[in-house]
Amino acid sequence: MTLLTIENLHATVADKPILKGLSLTLGAGEVHAIMGPNGAGKSTLGYTLGGRPGYEVTGGSVTFAGQDLLALEPYERAAAGLFLGFQYPVEIPGVSFVQFLRESLNAQRKSRGEEPLSGGEFLKLAREKAALLKMDIEMLKRPVNLGFSGGEKKRAEMVQMGILDPKLAILDETDSGLDIDALRIVGEGINAVMRKPDKAVLLITHYQRLLDYVKPDFVHVLAGGRIVRTGGAELALELEERGYEAVAA
Amino acid sequence: MTALALPTRRDEDFRYADLAALAPLWPIEPERFVLEADEEAGLSIIHTGADPVVREIELDLAAGAKFALHLLNAGTVYGRFAVRARLGAGAEFTLGAAQLGSAGQVLEVVTEVTHAAPDAISRQVVRSVAGGKAAVNYLGKVLVEPGADGTDGEQSVRSMLLDRTATANNRPELEIYADDVKCAHGCAVGELDANALFYMAQRGLPPEEAKKLMLQAFVAEAFVGAAEEEALLDAALEALGALV
Repeated sequence: MTLLTIENLHATVADKPILKGLSLTLGAGEVHAIMGPNGAGKSTLGYTLGGRPGYEVTGGSVTFAGQDLLALEPYERAAAGLFLGFQYPVEIPGVSFVQFLRESLNAQRKSRGEEPLSGGEFLKLAREKAALLKMDIEMLKRPVNLGFSGGEKKRAEMVQMGILDPKLAILDETDSGLDIDALRIVGEGINAVMRKPDKAVLLITHYQRLLDYVKPDFVHVLAGGRIVRTGGAELALELEERGYEAVAA
Repeated sequence: MTALALPTRRDEDFRYADLAALAPLWPIEPERFVLEADEEAGLSIIHTGADPVVREIELDLAAGAKFALHLLNAGTVYGRFAVRARLGAGAEFTLGAAQLGSAGQVLEVVTEVTHAAPDAISRQVVRSVAGGKAAVNYLGKVLVEPGADGTDGEQSVRSMLLDRTATANNRPELEIYADDVKCAHGCAVGELDANALFYMAQRGLPPEEAKKLMLQAFVAEAFVGAAEEEALLDAALEALGALV
């Protein structure tokens, strides 16, 4: 079953074309990695799919779980099951993770016609997902991302992914800023939450190392705003060895 | 202290006032609180009505006395709360005020805190949110008299504009005639963080909910430690519902 179909996507940021005819299909149960040099449009792809203001689609289509993704507001995309793991998670002073995530999850549930979780039910879920990422639940009582180290923020992103339980996770350089142990924990977390027959993952990364833990079914090279090459897991190794320039040429 | 003539815009403390709304209420009879040495008292005001309100509060704190004033200024028309406080040795005055407006109203807090003797403490935290054509004002003066060494004064004033048509006027002012004085003042006018709003939307929060959550946290800073913190927050939350 196809979960996400991107066809000939064009997008601009501040009137500058970044994505120039990108096509990509993700099937349920698949993990795809997008690699590419700086400025290729990797983050723009994530933000465009998430619906970030300022990222304007000028052509093409995106179908997600049978819906026209581009017609949905960002919060509706989340409720439809799309999760975007941020490269730089945002700090929100005065709002605790617990409050933020419970309200977010219940807003998603409401829009899907499901009953909201009670405070107790939510905490049980949060505790379970935090344990998966070896994060102390006490950290989730603190304001969102405030005073967290780079690695803690990335881990917290994965806890959020676990709690929100999306169909598709687009993870934008989730591996950056992680030490070796944290990388392994995050990799195992991604597998535990997302390696399921009805889910898919799009990993945006510069490096091969995360792919040692989360083995991709497909690796794509993004350059100049479009996919220039697609292969299996071995393509990532080839990139690591020979560099983008040689492989993408 | 009541002046009989209606103030004009040339009066500094009335520069941004809604004089038309003020006129029928003038002159204002001040409410006076005199605290004996080491006495403690407080006052919580929740104003969310549709009538114009202008109040003047005078505080006279003897040595070691403590007074905490917490205020939600969120009426739909003119709301002005002026506080004049005189602090004796080691006295402590706390003001926590939130102003929320989204109509065309003027909401203002005007303070003059005099540190008249050594070692007094004054803490003012003011958080204002304005949308539509509302104007939110804070005019606050801290006066440290000669000999009032060891003064510890703080003014933390922040305003959030929800629309480009709204206005915030913040004027913290210090007048210091003593040497050993700590007076901190921070003052900022800003907008809701667009990155945070997108982050919250991406986790599934509709824009109104996200804004409300952020503004709730912003406003709550004014009510930390208030005796009636919960009632103030509940009323503020309800008023915020009308803003976003």
